[in-house]
Amino acid sequence: MWPDERVVKFVNENFIPARVHVKDDSQLFQRYGENYGAHWTPTILELDSDGAERHRIEGFLPNDDFLSQLMLGRAQISFAAQQWDDAEKRFREIVDKFPDTDAGPEALYWAGVSRYKGTHDGAFLKKTADAFKERYQDTTWAKKASIWN
Amino acid sequence: MEIQFRHDVDNVLAEAGQQKKPVLLDFSAAPM
Repeated sequence: MWPDERVVKFVNENFIPARVHVKDDSQLFQRYGENYGAHWTPTILELDSDGAERHRIEGFLPNDDFLSQLMLGRAQISFAAQQWDDAEKRFREIVDKFPDTDAGPEALYWAGVSRYKGTHDGAFLKKTADAFKERYQDTTWAKKASIWN
Repeated sequence: MEIQFRHDVDNVLAEAGQQKKPVLLDFSAAPM
């Protein structure tokens, strides 16, 4: 997953990357593994600039799934910072580029929420619920959005 | 091109706060 050029570019553009190796950094692994509840490898955490965890990827994923999860975490960092326009843009990019990954329906949901948070216009939640009638009907995210109809 | 992972996590977290930049923290057992 790391050798994928798209992953490398995305990580270098969006994060300060750090690695704690279970053996070679054993003391760090014990300390940070305990702090962040990382008890398995690979575990990849996306932290905001204050060190708060915003997304977690546990276990191996193929490249498209991995990259879309990384993008999801980065979008959630913007969401938590109440950067609604940036968050929505990032969530929608996932839906556009990786519609068939698990991140797709989750991103569609949060894109709608981001738009709503930025505008306080409930029509965007209904629009999101309508979008789930066209795709991702069998997902948990469609169920969550169904309340907005 | 590759990712230049850092291992000085304390410094990384401090710099992240100063630079207002997110951190990707990889717990790994892969051969280095």
